[in-house]
Amino acid sequence: MEFIDYYKVLGVNKNATEKEIKSAYRKQARKLHPDLNPNDKEAKTRFQQINEANEVLSDPKKRAKYDKYGKDWQHGEEFEKAKQYQQQSYGGGGRGQTFSSGDFGGGDFSDFFASMFGGASGGTSGRSRQVKFRGEDYNAELQLKLTDVFTTHKQTLTVNGKKIRITIPAGIENGQTIKIPGHGSQGINGGPNGDLYITFSIARHPGIKRQGSNLYINAKIDLYTAVLGGSVTLDTLSGKVKLNIKSGTQNGSTVKLKGKGFPVYKQEGQFGDLFVTWEVKLPATFSEKEKALFTELKKLHDEK
Amino acid sequence: MKNKRDEHLIALDEFCVYYKIEQGFVWSLHEAGLVRIETIEDCNYVEEENLSALEKFIRFYYDMDINIEGIEAINHLLEQMDEMQHELISLKNRLRFYEGG
Repeated sequence: MEFIDYYKVLGVNKNATEKEIKSAYRKQARKLHPDLNPNDKEAKTRFQQINEANEVLSDPKKRAKYDKYGKDWQHGEEFEKAKQYQQQSYGGGGRGQTFSSGDFGGGDFSDFFASMFGGASGGTSGRSRQVKFRGEDYNAELQLKLTDVFTTHKQTLTVNGKKIRITIPAGIENGQTIKIPGHGSQGINGGPNGDLYITFSIARHPGIKRQGSNLYINAKIDLYTAVLGGSVTLDTLSGKVKLNIKSGTQNGSTVKLKGKGFPVYKQEGQFGDLFVTWEVKLPATFSEKEKALFTELKKLHDEK
Repeated sequence: MKNKRDEHLIALDEFCVYYKIEQGFVWSLHEAGLVRIETIEDCNYVEEENLSALEKFIRFYYDMDINIEGIEAINHLLEQMDEMQHELISLKNRLRFYEGG
């Protein structure tokens, strides 16, 4: 556990007045507050640091203690004094005004703070308004396979030790986030619960590409089927599909199977299309007879 | 009898007492188009689904000393960021498609 220079954190000198500290804090908070920097973990960490620095430096009692014992906070004697101080200071209320960070856990203070002042500030926030707030929102990532989101299904998740059962709608996109209201942390002093945000990470599926609700696959056919036509059975996410191949099918050509793609998100019964691109495989080896027949074919072709 | 919609409304005066804020502040947000206040039988309500945004605006105004015009500008930029985030996800998915999956 390292000593934290709260003056440095706020960018003020040791003789800074209360007004200067307040001003420095607000200035930094306007840059770093999580409301203004959504999904920025670095900003969140720095915001917690300035919140903690302000908690100490804007409270004359805490500041005096910090100035006196600061770097030597680990000495036993000081610990005793710290305990005495802590007992005296509870109930008295501080003049410090710590920003509430809403959903972002701004009250998480460092071990250094806890060892010196005995845990998070609790009673020293400037306005009692701030103690009645929504609980913290939780963010979670759920990794799924493409086949998992082909049909709507329910899944049980464990979030912060609590089991919740959620419905995962078919057709959800990779990177999409859904909100589960009320499943964040409990509200503060009777405030409403926070929400749970789940971001879906959908793994690539071998052989199948997805773009929105359309699916794309490559299918191999042999030369003879491509030339003469025929049929082929393909495995798709919705089962086996038998396709007729017309005579003279070109390598790289694509056919569209309407409604055989991926489900459209939150539009039950609607599906995208499946695009099949033909890969014509040429024979790599020939028997003498085959060679003779191909030569004959070439002659016929050249005579045209 | 309360209908289903009414259950998602919070009385403005109770809301302001609960958060220890002035009603005028919420009316200013309403006038700026940032939240909606509904009036039913002479009582004013805010919608529960606006709660999270309202709390954010309260933090901007009371904690960060940002005035209503500033909140409007910030909210607009945050909405733009959100749209860009969605666009980014969509572009990443398209890139993924061309990269093979």
